[in-house]
Amino acid sequence: MSTIERLPLTVDHIRDDKQHIYEAEPVLSARKLVITFGRVIGLDGVDVDLYQGEVLAVIGDNGAGKSTLIKCLTGAYVPDSGQIYVDGSPVHLRRPQDAREVGIETVYQQLAVIPALDIASNLYLAREERRPGPLGSVLRMLDKKGMKERAGGAVQNLGIQTIQNMGQAVETLSGGQRQAVAVARAAAFGSKVVILDEPTAALGVKESAAVLGMIKQLRDSGLAVILISHNMPHVWEVADRIHIQRLGGCAGVITPQSHDMGEGVAIMTGATTLEPTP
Amino acid sequence: MSSSTSAAAAEFARRQHSPLQRVQHLLHGYPWLSPLVLLVLTTIVFTILNPRYISPNAQSLLLQQVAVIACLAIGQTLVILTAGIDLSVGAVAILAMMVMATLAAENGVPGLLAIVIGVTLAVGAGLLNGFLVTRVNLPPFIVTLGTLSIFTAIALLYSGGSSIQNNRLPDIMNVTGRTFSIGGFRLTIGVVIVLALYAIVGFALSQTAWGRHVFAVGDDPESARLSGVASKRVLLSVYTVAGLIYGLAAWIQIGRAGAATPNGIPDANLDSITAVVIGGTSLFGGRGGLIGSLLGAIIVGAFTLGLSLAGVDQQWRLLAIGVLVIVAVSVDQWIRRVKA
Repeated sequence: MSTIERLPLTVDHIRDDKQHIYEAEPVLSARKLVITFGRVIGLDGVDVDLYQGEVLAVIGDNGAGKSTLIKCLTGAYVPDSGQIYVDGSPVHLRRPQDAREVGIETVYQQLAVIPALDIASNLYLAREERRPGPLGSVLRMLDKKGMKERAGGAVQNLGIQTIQNMGQAVETLSGGQRQAVAVARAAAFGSKVVILDEPTAALGVKESAAVLGMIKQLRDSGLAVILISHNMPHVWEVADRIHIQRLGGCAGVITPQSHDMGEGVAIMTGATTLEPTP
Repeated sequence: MSSSTSAAAAEFARRQHSPLQRVQHLLHGYPWLSPLVLLVLTTIVFTILNPRYISPNAQSLLLQQVAVIACLAIGQTLVILTAGIDLSVGAVAILAMMVMATLAAENGVPGLLAIVIGVTLAVGAGLLNGFLVTRVNLPPFIVTLGTLSIFTAIALLYSGGSSIQNNRLPDIMNVTGRTFSIGGFRLTIGVVIVLALYAIVGFALSQTAWGRHVFAVGDDPESARLSGVASKRVLLSVYTVAGLIYGLAAWIQIGRAGAATPNGIPDANLDSITAVVIGGTSLFGGRGGLIGSLLGAIIVGAFTLGLSLAGVDQQWRLLAIGVLVIVAVSVDQWIRRVKA
């Protein structure tokens, strides 16, 4: 049924209890993605496979194309050529809404939360729920109370204790709390894939640990997670596989078991190259 | 050790906010509070200067005088909430007014049809503004500065620059100036239409998804887009709805002035922006609301009425309004720095 050939995995280095994840069909795949910005090449034919129940980290130097890759997978950019597949079927993501409709949620580096709106409004932004009956269907009135209650549930599910009042404006929250709101939004609505772009970049040690905990929780609940990060200890802590992006292309996929951080950084910076798997 | 730090943090969280901080929080949560306080203060001062100011007669007159500016301020609020500005408010209203009046008086078009054509033209004018802002990606300031001249010129060219008195206009066009009494207050149909518009647009802003998207696009357009808000469509709808409201304001102005005059609302741009800014809506977008703009429009009118009742030179009004605008924007800047 699948129309795409699967990419070779570094399966030898995947732990036994995780092997079964890679026997299934990839939930999200990309083949030969190319995007250019004028004369600058953003992506130079990148392939990705992502499986349900794994955390795939994407690392790379500044300008290597990490964020560009992610924006293509989430509909924020439209690639010039190449094809994206969800559950093996080709999809065309022209806007962020398109990605959302096929079950891909994103936590952007800039968080994409609206400071002036409250937490519940942010969680439900662009997918507001209306009141039942004519109040909702004719007057298009929002179900503010219901959304607030469900937002509280979503935040609670992630084990976030520090946020209590869903009516609080996001601008009054700390950086870690805003991150939690953004992750909660992705977790609440992402049915297949959650993508996090540098989620720990602006956070302290304790807040970072909380976000990493959330990532593990998302994976264990059966979602596929993509984590873009500069922070190698964080990547090696939570990732199942690591996609190394270099100069707009993929320099290879490794696992925390197959390579240590130093080797990963060496591949990332071009100091060494990954031998192609036979 | 950790228990002592968390106790210190809890202590910090429970700290007493200074009175000033509490005011800041209050204004942050309820942006219409400052114009309300200001309105109460001006009412008290003008009543002391001349007790007739508080009489139902004077207050009715105040409402009638501010109806058109208050109406234009609805559209202006929507545009400013999206971090834009509309300098073409007055021009769009004048264009709609001269077209509907000329059609009815010179071309024998039935009154209602003439009104519909005029209002439709205003919607088209708003749509043009929105198109230039969203599709050609021009800054709203430049777009509406240009269309201000364009619409004014078209209105003058089409009408020949002369006024049309109400005896030449059909009844339905003058109906907005018709008065009726409620408990000593004399209201006009125009005032009622304006209040109804405030209720309708206020509902849409505070109770519907569209309203939230207007705030979101104004506060952070890129985040709104990434969150899935169709930012450009929201912006286009805002300028179009604003045009519709300016068209209705034209109808109200005919009733109020008893004529369609090309220079009938000379201060429309400045007064509508002043009303919105005094009303607590941020020029930087995303913050504020409609109730404040109504209060702001009444405050602007209150200075005109109060100063003339007090027998003071009208130039003081201009000075006072100027000071108020600067104070209002300063207060907004201060409120935006609010912390938890």
